[in-house]
Amino acid sequence: MVAAGHEASGGLGGRVSTFLYRHPAVLMALLLAPPLAWLGVVYFGSLAALLLQSFYHLDDFSGVVVREFTFATYGELVSAANIAVVVRTVSMAAVVTVAAALVAFPLAYFMARHAGPRLKALLYLGVMLPLWSSYLVRVYAWKLILAKEGVITWACERLGLMPALDWILGLPVIGGPSLSTSYVGTFLVFLYVWLPYMVLPIQAALERVPASMVEASGDLGARPGQTFRHVLLPLALPGVVAGSIFTFSLTLGDYIIPNIVGNSRPFIGQIVLAQQGTAGNIPMAAAFSVVPIVIMGFYLWGARRLGGFNAL
Amino acid sequence: MRSRPQTPVGLGLLAGGVLLFLHLPLLFIFLYAFSTEDRTFVFPPPGLTLHWFSVAWEREDVWAALSLSVRCAALATAAALVLGTLAAAATWRTRWFGREVISLMVILPIALPGIVTGIAIRTAFSLTEIDFSLWTIVVGHATFCVVTVYNNVAARLRRTPTSLIEASMDLGANGFQTFRHVILPNIATALLAGGMLAFALSFDEVIVTTFTAGQQQTLPIWMLSELIRPRQRPVTNVVAIFVIAVTTLPILVAYYLTREGQEVSGSGR
Repeated sequence: MVAAGHEASGGLGGRVSTFLYRHPAVLMALLLAPPLAWLGVVYFGSLAALLLQSFYHLDDFSGVVVREFTFATYGELVSAANIAVVVRTVSMAAVVTVAAALVAFPLAYFMARHAGPRLKALLYLGVMLPLWSSYLVRVYAWKLILAKEGVITWACERLGLMPALDWILGLPVIGGPSLSTSYVGTFLVFLYVWLPYMVLPIQAALERVPASMVEASGDLGARPGQTFRHVLLPLALPGVVAGSIFTFSLTLGDYIIPNIVGNSRPFIGQIVLAQQGTAGNIPMAAAFSVVPIVIMGFYLWGARRLGGFNAL
Repeated sequence: MRSRPQTPVGLGLLAGGVLLFLHLPLLFIFLYAFSTEDRTFVFPPPGLTLHWFSVAWEREDVWAALSLSVRCAALATAAALVLGTLAAAATWRTRWFGREVISLMVILPIALPGIVTGIAIRTAFSLTEIDFSLWTIVVGHATFCVVTVYNNVAARLRRTPTSLIEASMDLGANGFQTFRHVILPNIATALLAGGMLAFALSFDEVIVTTFTAGQQQTLPIWMLSELIRPRQRPVTNVVAIFVIAVTTLPILVAYYLTREGQEVSGSGR
């Protein structure tokens, strides 16, 4: 054993090791080369390809992508129908984000300030599991729940709430023939699927608020409500903003949920999918997917100013 | 331990309600897997049966999709383990600007909407005229799986005292021996945890996969096509239960492997 070790430290391995020890920059380059090559070539290369494709255009007659620099595709992008798609998607993302913040807050608050260590660990797991696992399965669960013959209709019938359900479905724009084919349904599924992304950053932000600060506020005569509004809420805001980055971005780019639960009016993601698939118009798909990137650019800029990055 | 403030009943109820909201819907997946009704989602199910488990077992298309998913997830996890560990090692003891850049590069594939990553890789394949294969799926998956390994290993390395490495070197071990006998045992559980999360993430992925799979069907793609054009609905439920098990178990293991440091940060996703 000792002999083997001695041999190795004097052999080729030893010499390479010594060389690397004396030249840390070389070691660093060797370590960095594979991940940088992968992410740089595969990922950023792909993003560049995406941008490049968006400046090509599809020849309407031959159906072939013409590889010449042109703004024609972006010109086609700015149409009333497409703007409606963008407005629809952004509105949904905004509503989902606000609702997620409202629903997530009580749980995050309870976890951060009221749960004991064991309960907190359990709750943490309870929020983390749905975040990491079975996205599609969780969407599917709502297809079962929201179906016209499903459990919600059943419960409403038993509880005498059918008029309320019919009233919601009768509302213009957000209503529809059944919950699973209306915006209300789409909204519920988005809210459900992205909620954990909102709970964890808010919880982390609340956790960082020192207990002494809350006590000081009470000592200075603030009622619990005032402490909450003037001390806890402003300090939790970066957490809310951090969570909203996820809920907003994920809603902007999702095409599965509106495809499975929703009406036939498309979201950005569905257009991108249809353009690259059935339509074979990759330049248009590329140009359309630049839209969420630009929107997220502005969103991140705003989030940074609100301190959301420190709470990520 | 500092005393906790009295919990208002309303807050406890609200928090419990939100938690129920997060988990109750999955119960319906379980329930409907046993339903005798296979055309609608009628509630309550008219009868219960184990029939669909044997039907699912005999479906060739399910097995083919499962096999493809497992191969993809295994290969993507392997690639993510190597790339993530290298990136974490490179940013370990340095304080240069590149560290932030690398963190951002690693996180970006998962922070940008999945559809952007998907369509970007799809256009790159189309420009370079690469045909869809198992490898095109693996490339897409590995790209966003790196972050799980990177986060776990980087967090563990931060807690590994450098004196351990110095001691190893002082005792005559060269760099490779130090890695093999000192660093590797230290980061082993972090690697396992990161790898498990990467596996769960890849096994479950559908958005990027739609763009990189062509005509191939991974298990989530199979599920998606069943959701849009259902044949035997309860079979989809049986498969869904299986997917829940396959993705939940690694996450639980990863959590218990790393819980002392709470390294499995959810916001990293």
